[in-house]
Amino acid sequence: MNTTPTTRSFGRAVGQDLWPFIKSELKPKGKLLTPFNIISAPVILLGLALIVLRFTKGLGATTNLNQEFPWGIWIGFDVVTGVAFAAGAYTLTFLVYVLRMEKYHSIVRATVLNGFLAYVFYSGALALDVGRPWKMINPIIGNSFGISSVLFLVAWHFLLYMIAQFIEFSPAIAEWLGLRRLRKILSTLTVGAVIFGICLSLLHQSGLGALFLLAAAKIHPLWYTEYIPVLFVVSSVFAGMSIVIIEGSISHRVFGNMIDPKHHAEHTDILVGLGRLAAVAMFVYFFLKVLVLIHGLHFDLLNTPMGHIYLIEMVGFVLFPMLLFIYGAQIRNKNVLLSAAIISALGIIFNRLNISVIAFKWDVPMHYVPSWMEIVITLAVVFGEIWAFRWAVNRMPVFVDSPAWAKQIDKELAEPQPAVQEIGLKDKQIA
Amino acid sequence: MKTTRRELLKLTGLAASASLLLGPDKAFARTVQRDTSTQVGMLVDTTRCIGCQSCEIACSEANGLPPPTDKPNAGQRRTTGIDAYTVVNEIESEKSNIFCKTQCMHCDQPACVSACITNAMYKTPEGPVIWRENKCMGCRYCMLACPFDVPKFEYESINPRIRKCILCYDRLGDGKQPACVEACPQEAVQYGRRGDLLDIARKRIADHPAQYVHNIYGENEVGGTNVLYLSSVPFEQLGFKTDLGTVAYPEFTKTFLYSVPLVLLLGPAFMAGLRHATRPGDDKSH
Repeated sequence: MNTTPTTRSFGRAVGQDLWPFIKSELKPKGKLLTPFNIISAPVILLGLALIVLRFTKGLGATTNLNQEFPWGIWIGFDVVTGVAFAAGAYTLTFLVYVLRMEKYHSIVRATVLNGFLAYVFYSGALALDVGRPWKMINPIIGNSFGISSVLFLVAWHFLLYMIAQFIEFSPAIAEWLGLRRLRKILSTLTVGAVIFGICLSLLHQSGLGALFLLAAAKIHPLWYTEYIPVLFVVSSVFAGMSIVIIEGSISHRVFGNMIDPKHHAEHTDILVGLGRLAAVAMFVYFFLKVLVLIHGLHFDLLNTPMGHIYLIEMVGFVLFPMLLFIYGAQIRNKNVLLSAAIISALGIIFNRLNISVIAFKWDVPMHYVPSWMEIVITLAVVFGEIWAFRWAVNRMPVFVDSPAWAKQIDKELAEPQPAVQEIGLKDKQIA
Repeated sequence: MKTTRRELLKLTGLAASASLLLGPDKAFARTVQRDTSTQVGMLVDTTRCIGCQSCEIACSEANGLPPPTDKPNAGQRRTTGIDAYTVVNEIESEKSNIFCKTQCMHCDQPACVSACITNAMYKTPEGPVIWRENKCMGCRYCMLACPFDVPKFEYESINPRIRKCILCYDRLGDGKQPACVEACPQEAVQYGRRGDLLDIARKRIADHPAQYVHNIYGENEVGGTNVLYLSSVPFEQLGFKTDLGTVAYPEFTKTFLYSVPLVLLLGPAFMAGLRHATRPGDDKSH
């Protein structure tokens, strides 16, 4: 409990038994009465109680969903927004493993972990929203493949991408458990998982938008366009970047003592780079949005209440944070970049909720507003994800450097390959 | 990274098999216009309906639902629900008040079916769109997708079902007609092959051109529906959605689904190539 982080051991020492080690790792580390815990623990407990209520009394007792509004914030925020926020993992792994921008390597693990947990928790929250969760296995085991459904594609991609992300993160788990042979095997799978994961991400990030293509007559014309899938992908890029910047800034304060001083120094560089990339993605997004607006010929709708919401979203939460990103990157100011990231993340929430909830049947008299129970459960899911993240970060080499033996393995794997015949020999020697 | 080519082949193979698995080839079959004239459907002639609710009562009996508790009332809009698959509304119009029955439209290419992740919503070859309890996982995407807001969900139940008119699909096999059709004293609702119903509807318009608007609702809406309507006033006055267009809903997601195998096939190859190209210290080998 009171060990200082520098003496805290990350990973299993040689000769230590696996199960006692895991048992000891399950105990909390660090202070229990932190402000975050004091706020989040009651919310999680209340959320769990409400989840019990949801499964014993039904969706009607816990949510404000009705026949007009079949999807509420459990879809619009937890899934549609949560997945956009988890996009940092695929964008960052693209930069590091495909474009080999080594600058960002030090934050890949934290981002992939965050992405993986986001998928587990947020798409796990789907089980709450789905009315007959015991049938969720149907589209997976194949007795009921609804292959013409975008939702079918999204569900499969969630599943496959979770596996891909787990493979990407698994070397850290192997390092934690001190499993050397496994670590070596797992790290050879990383690039394959990354590339496959990026394709899956592109498709289900856009797929989440494509879901709403079928709500053609129900979404306000300023938001409904056949380009929703493209807009979702492009905006997921800066949604992911923004969350990486926010998460990185918080982590540097909370877990700062774990982070190698060398990486501390790089942090500003990383933030500036991410800020620039986010600004580029936002420019592309803004440009596309303007094109869609021009093509849609809906200028007359801009001066209506919904039009004002649209303008607030576009100017206040896209154009403004984009300029802030550019300015922050120019003067290399972390706080400006963080502010820009927070505003654009809020803009993503706003946009996703606009499409899924606010501009959905905007004109019906009794519009859906989430119940307090829906909001508490949503907060509990978010806090639960942060708890899981913290648990893993305190135990696995996420911010701290990998153990020396793992680095040795990476070095061996990275060595330039000799001629083909020798590879065969080398493989045999390893075996 | 070692053996990029093997990696690439592996990934391409993986992608190819994945796209075969996930490839939406069947999805496109649905969007092809086909002859629906032999499918069964209903023709609702709103000029004949007197608002007696016989159809509602018969529907409740046939489906084991509670009998209707309220009556059609001008100025008040009744909707179908989990215990009423069809309702009659009274609508004030420029002529006299009009009574209009609503229920599932049984689209030829239903949005709900293309939305359904488990094939629980199913367009039978005979025409009716039915819901299959053993498949549905309760995601309610069908409700989001349906342009007519027909599927209803039992929110208060812990074993909730989707409820909607299935055109008495289970009775049709016995040679019977849908309960509402059988019960109608005015022959305002007629059951038959869609092609025949269209002929009847056109003939009525031709025989009584002053009595009808010269338009059959459902003939082309959202790609055509198996329930057809005749009216004496423009359909928007009856509260019908007339801005839905004639494109079948599965078309809206077709382009997106087309891109799936493309991305899964070309994406890995492209990225493996990109990774190969950015390999450090490789200039001499070329």
